[in-house]
Amino acid sequence: MRNKLDPFSLLTISCSFIILLFILLPLFEMVLQPSLESLQETIQDKDVVRSIWLSIYTSSLAALISLLVGTPFAYLLARKQFFGKKFVESVVDLPIMIPHPIVGIAILSLAGRGHWMGDILQALGVRIMGSVTGIVVVLTFVGLPFYINTVKSGFESIPVRLEKVSRSLGASMTSTFVRITFPLAWRTMLVGMIMCTARAISEFGAIVIVAYHPMIAPVMIYQRFTAYGLKYSQPVAVWLILVCLALFLLLRVVSLPRKEQR
Amino acid sequence: MISLEKLRIDLPGFSIQDVDLSVEPGEFFALLGPTGSGKTLLLEAISGLVPITSGRILVDQRNISRLPPEERRVGIVYQDQALFPHLTVLQNITYGLRYGKGRQQNSEGNLGRILGQLNLNHLAHRSIRNLSGGERQRVALARALAVNPSVLLLDEPLSSLDPNFREDIRKALKRLHHETAITFLMVTHDFSEALFLTDRAAIISSGRIQQIGTTGEIFRRPASPLVAEFVGMKNVFSAAFETRKAFLGNIELELDFAVSSSAKHLAIRPEDIVIAKDTNHETKNTFRGEVVGVSHNGLYYDVFVNTGGIVFQALITKGALLETQLVEGTHVFITLRPSAIHTL
Repeated sequence: MRNKLDPFSLLTISCSFIILLFILLPLFEMVLQPSLESLQETIQDKDVVRSIWLSIYTSSLAALISLLVGTPFAYLLARKQFFGKKFVESVVDLPIMIPHPIVGIAILSLAGRGHWMGDILQALGVRIMGSVTGIVVVLTFVGLPFYINTVKSGFESIPVRLEKVSRSLGASMTSTFVRITFPLAWRTMLVGMIMCTARAISEFGAIVIVAYHPMIAPVMIYQRFTAYGLKYSQPVAVWLILVCLALFLLLRVVSLPRKEQR
Repeated sequence: MISLEKLRIDLPGFSIQDVDLSVEPGEFFALLGPTGSGKTLLLEAISGLVPITSGRILVDQRNISRLPPEERRVGIVYQDQALFPHLTVLQNITYGLRYGKGRQQNSEGNLGRILGQLNLNHLAHRSIRNLSGGERQRVALARALAVNPSVLLLDEPLSSLDPNFREDIRKALKRLHHETAITFLMVTHDFSEALFLTDRAAIISSGRIQQIGTTGEIFRRPASPLVAEFVGMKNVFSAAFETRKAFLGNIELELDFAVSSSAKHLAIRPEDIVIAKDTNHETKNTFRGEVVGVSHNGLYYDVFVNTGGIVFQALITKGALLETQLVEGTHVFITLRPSAIHTL
């Protein structure tokens, strides 16, 4: 005979159910509402395809940049103790806390005319305002903390002694990273990229300020909502969700450890 | 050989100071000390994994103090083995073969010999995830020896193993040391391991070397109460001395040697105290006392006897305990043979 549930277990289980419903219900509702025709019609719209593609392309680029510059930084944070480390870690978390429009305004004010950096960028022919470059800059800004924090804890979970032994066997620091640290950390690096991409794809507030055009998917959904209403924006949203889900599922499957390695 | 000269290491909250130590070529040397005494830190400093503040480290007359770890030719085997989890047994062992000039020479023959010596041939292609503790330790040893280091550092190589494997690895270590010309430096907190394996030892405590000598010498003549306690002398007391006499509270002990003027403590091993119910009063250093406790200690029993306010710990066999029927409150005689008394 099964034991009767005690009040505490009952509370934990019912709260979990409520939260799952809270997350899933609006999403289900939105996915189910548009008719198949409207979905089909929407995906044939070149503007929609272009904006979804732009979203995925710029977010992936942000994840790639995070991978390149964030990995060494994450390694440093995971392995070294130094004065002011807590402060540096808080700086990394800043983009998570700052309201999104402020991020946009901050980046624009740095890249605007009259600021030395803006002038240098202009001289180099780099445009931030209303450009793909601007979008990538914003998405990298908001996505980096997610990459760095994930990969940092990944590095921390690898015993430092493995690297020490590798050095004692004659391997240089670079060789040790390539042969020991990377093979043990690449899965968390992939997870970090997924987190970063996911955060970047959902960015709206900062993008609207820096680059309304070219339109990424969230901006297009917002524009269609304000101009034509709910019915017209929903199908775009559904397509964005479906494409993202497919991508994340694929990456998740790749990053799962093989059975024998668990 | 290894020479440490005035070595100093400073870490936040801990430091190792003025370590002078010399390990002879091909010697098996033990660095003994309680947990937290700085033993492992010293090993990591020798292998270059922890920076030193000052002093010099020489291996085979080569000053390696400022060399990166990969150029030192100092192998290290950790207590938890630190095997690379994503590689097979053979890949672990051959990991270091691609580095360094001249290391590849004879590496084939060398590798085969090491696999044979450590009985690892049948495991070569196994994943390290399903190895036993003893097998893991053998792989770690093989990996370190494969690159033919000048010196092999062993960090508590036996303590993480269960007793069945411990005996195995202990014998393997002894044999390997015998068959290679490599200098072994082992860190341990277990004095009996050092007695079995090594020729000489240093006792380290709180970041300082307390005593250096042959293991037998340290065992017989510990230089300080701390070392005495560490090598298993349970009865360490502060005492006053006269020539050939020691005073322990009201107890007057005869000694069979002249006491040095610096002596302040007296020590005797539990196994050197004789307990009897009757006594031949002519025996030197025999005192009347009362049993105040008996506790089980593996194959033996610890018996605590109060004599004139001082509690001595003695060791007797189960047979002797049954024969003498010692219990708390039994009146006994204890004899402290003059030759078994140490002064520190």
